Amino acid sequence: MSVDAPEAEAAPQAPEERPAGMGAVGWLRWGWRQLTSMRTALVLLFLMGLGTVPGSFLPQRPLAPEKVTKFFDDHKIIAPVLDRMSMFDVFSAPWFAAIYILLFISLGGCVLPRSRQHLQHIRSRPPQAPRNLDRLPQTASYETDAAPGDVLAEARKVLKDRRFRVDEHGDSVAAEKGYLRETGNLVFHLALLILLFAVGSGAAFGYKGNVLVTEGEGFSNTLTSYDAFKGGREFSSSGLPPFTVWLDSFTAQYLPDGPNRGQPISFSAKIRYQDGLKAAVRPYDLQVNHPLKVGGARVYLLGHGYSPQFTVRDGHGQVAYQGAVPFLSTDDATYTSEGVIKVPDAQPDQLGFIGLFWPTAVPNAQGKVVSAFPAAWNPQVALFAFKGDLGLSSGAPQSVYKLETGKLKPIVMGNKTKPLAVGQTETLPGGAGSVTFNGYKQWISLQVNHDPGRVPALTAGLIAILGIVTSFLVRRRRLWVRATAPEGGRTVVEVGGLTLGGATPEFDAIVERLAGAAPKPTTPDEE
Amino acid sequence: MVDTYLANLSNQLMLGAVLLYVVAMVGYAGDIAFGRRRAEAAVPEQAKVLVGAGGPEMPASDTAGAEEPADAGGQGRGSHWGHFAILINILAWGVHGAEIVTRGMAADRVPWGNMYEFVSAIAFAAVTVYLVMLWRYKISWLGPFLMVAVVIALGIATIWLYNDPGPLRPALHSYWIAIHVTAAVTATGTFTVAGVATILYLIKSRPGTPRPGGILERVPDAETLDSVAHRTMMFAFPIWTFAIIAGAIWADSAWGRYWGWDPKETWSFITWVAYAGYLHARATAGWRGRKAAIISLIAFGCLLFNFFGINYLVSGLHSYAG
Ligand code: HEM
Repeated sequence: MSVDAPEAEAAPQAPEERPAGMGAVGWLRWGWRQLTSMRTALVLLFLMGLGTVPGSFLPQRPLAPEKVTKFFDDHKIIAPVLDRMSMFDVFSAPWFAAIYILLFISLGGCVLPRSRQHLQHIRSRPPQAPRNLDRLPQTASYETDAAPGDVLAEARKVLKDRRFRVDEHGDSVAAEKGYLRETGNLVFHLALLILLFAVGSGAAFGYKGNVLVTEGEGFSNTLTSYDAFKGGREFSSSGLPPFTVWLDSFTAQYLPDGPNRGQPISFSAKIRYQDGLKAAVRPYDLQVNHPLKVGGARVYLLGHGYSPQFTVRDGHGQVAYQGAVPFLSTDDATYTSEGVIKVPDAQPDQLGFIGLFWPTAVPNAQGKVVSAFPAAWNPQVALFAFKGDLGLSSGAPQSVYKLETGKLKPIVMGNKTKPLAVGQTETLPGGAGSVTFNGYKQWISLQVNHDPGRVPALTAGLIAILGIVTSFLVRRRRLWVRATAPEGGRTVVEVGGLTLGGATPEFDAIVERLAGAAPKPTTPDEE
Repeated sequence: MVDTYLANLSNQLMLGAVLLYVVAMVGYAGDIAFGRRRAEAAVPEQAKVLVGAGGPEMPASDTAGAEEPADAGGQGRGSHWGHFAILINILAWGVHGAEIVTRGMAADRVPWGNMYEFVSAIAFAAVTVYLVMLWRYKISWLGPFLMVAVVIALGIATIWLYNDPGPLRPALHSYWIAIHVTAAVTATGTFTVAGVATILYLIKSRPGTPRPGGILERVPDAETLDSVAHRTMMFAFPIWTFAIIAGAIWADSAWGRYWGWDPKETWSFITWVAYAGYLHARATAGWRGRKAAIISLIAFGCLLFNFFGINYLVSGLHSYAG
């Protein structure tokens, strides 16, 4: 890109004429120029911005798969159409990747040659003075008794002192300064390029897993222990470092009163971890802003909830299930939670329950039970019981949070259920068995994340800021001094200045310094 | 945990600040209505300012040669109304600052943890930017319009967004909140000043309309407005970039990833892209002027949508609304 005049610098690369009869190479070259023009880059940037918009309005699978399912239930016709356009996973959609990669190429194709040009330009000499200095935006002239050579020598010195790059051409001195502006600009764009690269490759080589851990239990960093796992394209599961984490206890604190009653104040999970198979087991207090760093990965506390504990006896009076079942909160203000108990071992019929858990159960105005507080001050559950075939034998994967009620028959429904307090037992009608609410444990959801692009991305981001600030602060300016002595007359000194991006007072100061006691410079366009 | 005396004091200071901003607004309006005409008052001063030092840097246009008169200066020694308005404005700013400090002391934390506090802080940032620019570049013509925006914003905050001070949610327990939110608030306040200047520019530069008089009497010519808006956005853009990066660092420790396309993150990105689009358009022949200005208003719209729309329409991790 030419930098000889402000217009040229500011102008985008002019769109190339269509190649007429240039053959394949010509077309390729033309295509490349189009792709690497600033206009295309901007269009791509805007497209990328626009492309993210649906991602902020439609539920996204990686963030909220359950909301996507709900969307499918609510919008039977449009949802599959949207799905075909990857609208529920915008940020890993093929078209999003296409924009991203094109932007990367476009930015690179523009900025790299420009950087080379700039490097050459930094080493080159300031351009010669234009013929008519008085056409420049800033001009001044004065007469002096000094000889032209002395005037130019003085000008060189003054300009050098002001850290201009100076060159002499015949009767004039040319000076230039402020290369840092373009340098800063290029550093900014190059840093963006590196940022894009770091983000992309970090995602390709990294992995992310989510796992739910109940108090008293633990998990190891292996593929099978995760509830959800996503490895980047270049990730291989042999790269999972072996570490293990156990949850001893979890504590949540909430505001006990006031208008924001129930708002969480702190979450803290007492965990122990072992980095590798032979390492010592160490304790750690896992909190929201304090992830555990282990095995090159980071373990984050993302969420929490209740796991009510049940004992289920079947129709033969045998204990068919005993344990804690994680329930998911449906309302974070009160932690009213929902969950499912599946008892495939129950005889003669399999049993299933849909449960509601209220950590602080109170009757509301209508006499229904609701939760008044997210902490477990008065935990109660209500269970809706089913018997029949849970559908587990078909081999089709089932969500542990959902009961497939297709082949099940309700045996205790809504209004017939009475909430159970800790220790209470409900006997199912028809000799189907009984269920006891034994108490509760808490679970936490952990995210394990390894992203090798984090630090490079951050570094690039910070460098980008430095670059852009530099570019905004510095202005490129050129200044020429011409001294001519008409025969027998006094020396006439002309000074012309060109500042890219607004005049600075510097010009006047230089003229004043050069002219010394000479008459005040005229700056015609500023009258 | 919350000091109710300080909390009440903070609320009263907020009322005081709003009232004072209204008075300042009236003062500016009086200056427009009864102050001396710019044409009579400003000319000699302009000449002096410009010949002296090549003109103040700020209002100078980017287009070399279009060194417009710094009639910014028109107010330099405007009417008594003008002096009064500026004085009250500074007073209002001080009271506003005290409101924020007492709010923070009442809750014993940084005073930006919910929407009410954000709006207050952004308005404060906008007024601060304005006062600094007033001091450096004499842009008191911006005052009446900014006061309208500030009074509306604080009105909305007090009436609809009010929340008693209280402790922060666990996700906000990080010193990055101070860094990230301070940067976001500063950038937003600065973009607001730029937005006001841009709207004035678009009004003033309407093709075919005669030079508007009336309330735009004191507003300088279109180039100066454009230039003030541009410079202001050049100041805000790196800060916004920094705010996004600081947010990413914080997200990295709070949510387990530095970037996850949460709706708030997505719209910060869109806003950033839109402002970058404006800066490019401003540097591109054929896009300068009104087209670029409109892009910057779209960008400002994205900023506002990110701030209000996302918090109330879309649920995400940035769950501080309400
Ligand atoms: C292929 C892509 C891009 C190209 C070819 C490009 C080109 C340019 C050029 C030539 C300038 C200099 C304008 C001047 O000298 O005044 C510039 C400035 C700038 N660019 Fe880009 N750019 C690209 C992408 C981006 C992106 C992705 C951003 C991200 C936000 C960005 C942000 C900026 C900013 C903030 C400026 C400063 C504007 C100013 O000087 O006022 N650019 N760009």
